[in-house]
Amino acid sequence: MTAEQVPANNQTAAAPTDESKLDAAHLVDERLVLWFFLAGLTYLMVSFAGGLLMALQLVKWNPLEGVEILSPGRWRLIHTNAVAYGFIANSFLGALHWAIPRLTLKPVLSKPLSYFIFVAWQVVVLSTAAGLILGEAQAVEWGETPVWIDPLALAGLALVAINFGTPIIQMKGPMYVTLWYFLAAFVWTFLTYAMGNFIPEYYLSGTSAGAVAGLFIHDLVGLFVTPLAWGLMYYFVPILLKKPIWSHGLSLVGFWGLAFFYPLQGIHHFLYTPIPDFLEYGAVISTIAVEFVVTTVVINFFGTLWGSGRAVVTNLPIRWFYTGMVLYFVTCAQCALQVTRSFQQVIHFTDWVVGHAHLVMFGVFSVWFFGMMTYLFPRLFKTSWWSRSLCEWHFWLSAGGITVMFLTLTLAGLFEGYFWNSLRPWQDSIDGVWGFWVVRLFAGLSMIAGQLVFVLNIFMTWRKSKQTAPASSAAPAYAT
Amino acid sequence: MFESKSGILLIGGLGFFLLSFLSNVVVSVLLYQDMPEQSVEELAEQNTNALYLWQDLSVRYPEAFKKHFGEANEKTLAEALEVGHKAYVGEACWHCHSQFVRPVSNEESRWGAVASSEEYQNELNRPVLWGTRRVGPDLSREGGRRGNDWHAVHFFDPPSVSTRSPMPKYPWFFEGLSITAAMRRLDTMAVQDEAAGELADEIRSEFGETDEELTKSASKAWGMIRKQYPELAKERELSPDAPNKRGLAMIAYVQWLGSWLEQYPLYEQYTPIAEQIANPLE
Repeated sequence: MTAEQVPANNQTAAAPTDESKLDAAHLVDERLVLWFFLAGLTYLMVSFAGGLLMALQLVKWNPLEGVEILSPGRWRLIHTNAVAYGFIANSFLGALHWAIPRLTLKPVLSKPLSYFIFVAWQVVVLSTAAGLILGEAQAVEWGETPVWIDPLALAGLALVAINFGTPIIQMKGPMYVTLWYFLAAFVWTFLTYAMGNFIPEYYLSGTSAGAVAGLFIHDLVGLFVTPLAWGLMYYFVPILLKKPIWSHGLSLVGFWGLAFFYPLQGIHHFLYTPIPDFLEYGAVISTIAVEFVVTTVVINFFGTLWGSGRAVVTNLPIRWFYTGMVLYFVTCAQCALQVTRSFQQVIHFTDWVVGHAHLVMFGVFSVWFFGMMTYLFPRLFKTSWWSRSLCEWHFWLSAGGITVMFLTLTLAGLFEGYFWNSLRPWQDSIDGVWGFWVVRLFAGLSMIAGQLVFVLNIFMTWRKSKQTAPASSAAPAYAT
Repeated sequence: MFESKSGILLIGGLGFFLLSFLSNVVVSVLLYQDMPEQSVEELAEQNTNALYLWQDLSVRYPEAFKKHFGEANEKTLAEALEVGHKAYVGEACWHCHSQFVRPVSNEESRWGAVASSEEYQNELNRPVLWGTRRVGPDLSREGGRRGNDWHAVHFFDPPSVSTRSPMPKYPWFFEGLSITAAMRRLDTMAVQDEAAGELADEIRSEFGETDEELTKSASKAWGMIRKQYPELAKERELSPDAPNKRGLAMIAYVQWLGSWLEQYPLYEQYTPIAEQIANPLE
């Protein structure tokens, strides 16, 4: 497994390139990586159930209407929370357990602590779900976690930062770009969670609390998910392409540009509210600025791909990663436009925004996780995928589904915006986009089908790994 | 500095985060520091608009109201606002209904006054309920536009009063009809349907006139109703005419929205589309 080498740019040096020195089995608790991934996928299914229920409700095909604990409103909360804290957080914890010891050549601070975090985080997610089903939500979008769970979740995030931060802090020599992102993200995630869940509940109300809510929605994506995800891209892409990242300078621009501009944009979620205009303009300008930063990052990754383009066809994880990057660029280009006040007049409050949110959470970050999992599951099971063609189905059902969902919701949003503007009766806007919602339902079903295929493939691969004799010293051919 | 641990932790991690907190949050806190936050009690106090509809609820659903809230006064209204607010948050109403009116996109014509900061400086906006999506209409000027009974039926079964609405049903805001409420319903039906009046007289003569007497023989009385009006008898289990505590509180909360405005209640300006096309300049 020579491809396991840590990507090292000549300028950054430091990173170990000699495989013999890297006793990965000793450093990485692979069982934990597997557990986190499986937990994440379980919550992804729960989230799908919530999304499906809401989609059925909107087109008035919900067969379970009138049952309190299956209320589409409450499951709408489960839908987003299960994705953010169930699927994405768990998958990150799995991937970080894989990557950080390899990058620092040190194990995480404590294995028992890792297991404790695993259990504690599932308690946090499950009690959040229970609280939401029982109607105990907190009115913070993406942070509806009931108030009595918030301190526990925050303590969990602190433990995560300590457990992963220690090997990074202890390591000697220059850090690879991935670790910049990780280190900053641990600080940001903790601060963001504390800010969003406590300040608008206990310290502020009204307009200034709205500014915090905007900052929280934004930072959760921008300072928790985005830096960890890009950090993992900087780690996995060079390994799979077997070459260093194209430009170290652009990595620097990308990291520091994100660190500076991203947090300044929270208020762009609440344009035309009572928040003062000059603050709204500040958020708009920094949002447009960050799109230039994003462009440099995407250029850097396509520069890395340059000359190895065929990998997108042959190498499944690379295909997932670069699909996500293309969609990331689309999302961000869309951001730069929709953040302007002229666009906001029409599209704010509409399905356009819902399409945007799905594009970034599923089309980019989930897609990247599917790539990482496609790469890692065979390595965790020590055998190749049970079926390569099911991997292909997983890709095309997911990528096709999200593309259609994005397009249909974007169009629906435009129709809604103009219906409202025209002062026609409200119901016209609902009748008018019904067809788009039906298309969205089927796009969602395609995404769900893709993940069911994936889970089946994982299960069969696990069974296969049990049947085959214990792995010989020769590394199996993983096909991906 | 740009690649060192301390640079990343202190400048990127802490510094830039604090900068954003300063520019986004602290600035707005300073701007509104002189605007006092109103408590729920203060919101209910002297709020004749909301109190009027609160009293209307107590007359319309007397048994339920007495059981859950007692009397209709400022104190019970404040309690209802808190319970209703909790249900509004817990049911995720705020994910399909916004609570602010923008100065663009003809929203003033549809909903009325553009939102301003003092409207949100109160305990029921902890955290603020602006929302980011409108599947249904904005609710910040909803209070007083429609009657309490409209809202009860709407929560029970939205499409029955708002045709083709995709809003979910909320039967858990309701309980079963009491026999006294059923008798009142028979009295109302008697205006158009003589048989209903005769049935009501029959039941009263058999079991007694007072509420206590009727309640004592509820099963038998319901049996008589079931024979003639099976649809009404079904409401003994669950009825849009019998909101429970959460139901009453939700209605009170929605009717409170916008009750602080001078132009309350604001009725939607609606011109049929054919007329709009005929006179585009009006």
